[in-house]
Amino acid sequence: MNENQSNNGALVRVENVEKIFRRGSEDIHVLADLHLQVPTGEFLALMGPSGSGKTTLLNLIGGLDRPTKGLVSVAGERLDQLSDHRLAAWRARHIGFVFQLYNLMPVLTAERNVELPLLLTHLSKAERKKHVDAALAVVGLTHRAGHYPRTLSGGEQQRVGIARGIVTDPTLLLCDEPTGDLDRKSGNEILDLLQALNREHGKTIIMVTHDPHASARASRTVYLDKGQLSNEPVK
Amino acid sequence: MLGRWSIEFTRKCVRPFHHSITPSLHHPVFPVKFFHLIWCNLKRKKLRTSLTLLSIVVAFILFGFLSAIQQALVGGVEMAGADRLSVRQKVSIINLLPISYEARIERIPGVDFATHQTWFGGIYQDPKNFFMQNPVEPEKFFKIHPEIILPPEQMKAWLATRTGAIVGRRTADRFHWKIGDRIPIQSPIWGADRTWEFDIVGIYDGAKKGTDTTWMLFRYDYFDEARRWGKGQIGWFTIRIKDPSQAAEVAKRVDAEFENSPTETKTEPEGAFIQGYASQIGNIVFIVAAILGMVFFTILLVAGNTMAQAVRERTGELGVLKAIGFTNGQVMALVLAESCLLAVIGGAVGLALARAVTPVVADKLAGLLPMFFLPTHALFTGFSLSVALGLVTGIFPALQAMRLRVADALRRM
Repeated sequence: MNENQSNNGALVRVENVEKIFRRGSEDIHVLADLHLQVPTGEFLALMGPSGSGKTTLLNLIGGLDRPTKGLVSVAGERLDQLSDHRLAAWRARHIGFVFQLYNLMPVLTAERNVELPLLLTHLSKAERKKHVDAALAVVGLTHRAGHYPRTLSGGEQQRVGIARGIVTDPTLLLCDEPTGDLDRKSGNEILDLLQALNREHGKTIIMVTHDPHASARASRTVYLDKGQLSNEPVK
Repeated sequence: MLGRWSIEFTRKCVRPFHHSITPSLHHPVFPVKFFHLIWCNLKRKKLRTSLTLLSIVVAFILFGFLSAIQQALVGGVEMAGADRLSVRQKVSIINLLPISYEARIERIPGVDFATHQTWFGGIYQDPKNFFMQNPVEPEKFFKIHPEIILPPEQMKAWLATRTGAIVGRRTADRFHWKIGDRIPIQSPIWGADRTWEFDIVGIYDGAKKGTDTTWMLFRYDYFDEARRWGKGQIGWFTIRIKDPSQAAEVAKRVDAEFENSPTETKTEPEGAFIQGYASQIGNIVFIVAAILGMVFFTILLVAGNTMAQAVRERTGELGVLKAIGFTNGQVMALVLAESCLLAVIGGAVGLALARAVTPVVADKLAGLLPMFFLPTHALFTGFSLSVALGLVTGIFPALQAMRLRVADALRRM
């Protein structure tokens, strides 16, 4: 089945989504009646003030969390209806994550970090190596493959994080403030890389960011405030 | 630069494999490919892991030694013949029985034949050089103890030499005795004022591992003639019965035969007889189990704490694993595998050290604990125990890791 057809042309479809967190006896409404559609090949920036629910929305789209109410569909799959086990398998197949703090395993070298998602596949060791080499080549870190994260700069660590995110050729790349912990120069390099992945490889990317400079690289920007999305910046 | 690597990545690498990189989450066994990750996690805090490992190693060395001690004390029970009964004086083993009982026992229905032994309690050079010496009837002794092997020509020499004695290989090696040597031994029980001299005419071996090869055996006729007192009396009889399933009935018949006589008897299977000896210093199995229980409980706390800390420290990383597609079950298995690996390495090293050191200790204890060795079954038990230790210490942190919500875990990175 064509993924876009199943979602009325959109790779990501979020409809009437509500997310409520319970803290003690208090209910915190993070997202309310939220709608979003992301077509295949789009590079979407998601902006908003702290606590506006950007990461929560990204987690729902990435299958890391479930909505309190509403529908989340990605690549033709209703995520709100999948079991934990199937959701994990779905994430492995369709989603690449890039985190603000890179979230690399400090005990593994760069290439071993990139290999992690491939451990969940049937690929042989040689095939995994080929994929890892290719992903590291994409991010320009072949020469640092054997280095541990602590010996890499922030920019290099984030590039390893991106290589890990793309190594399985996922349907959707979700980036949570990928330049948030980097200086301007390194941040620009990362944005160049994400832009290239989108333009040259057709990767669909959703990027949460605070930085207007980063969002300017995206093909579309949406703004989240008080649980609602809009196409205009929050005043 | 981007154009060059991106084309290569897309055209040569990703697309040809696209359909083959579908995740496989249903491995029949935990795959070896995860070993590197588990191993690296174990090495994360080297000092902490080393100290925990050391405590496990020490626990398993102790397990090895206690198993060897248990083997030494109750191992004879396992070696006891199912078709053999022991008959001793009813009041105590140190009281003697008339040798005339032998013929009466052999007439009892169900008895094949009987022979006897007596505690000699001799000292060779120094009381520390303890080993057992017993006067026996050579032919009957070998008939009833097929697990003891003596070359025929040495048996012949023994029958031809009144002062002849045979010794087990271990004692011969211990004192560097060889055939033809004359051995002086003093016996405080049978006359402290004289020295008994024995000619070594044979060296016996055990047919299987665990056979006691520390005894010195000499002829009863020589002993009976030379002793100062107690002539015509012996320590205990060993009976071979015709049908092992009738052991209890035959034992009753033997004791009934001598009921109300000046020297009543107590007859029991050889295993129970040996157990009775060991029981004089308490319930060995219980003592060993109690010590081991305490040791392993402590280790459980130490290793369990290590694993719990390890999981707490890497909550965020576990969240990342789940985010990239590891299932709850796989994350749980990773933690369990890590604790099992730690326990199995510790167990294996500890058991290997115990196995290497017990023969050295056994030589020092040859007289006191002739059957001191680490039996193979104890190694298997130890290995199983190490796996169990790994599972028990890892199960709670593993469940904790399994239940982690990804979004919560990522916030703790």
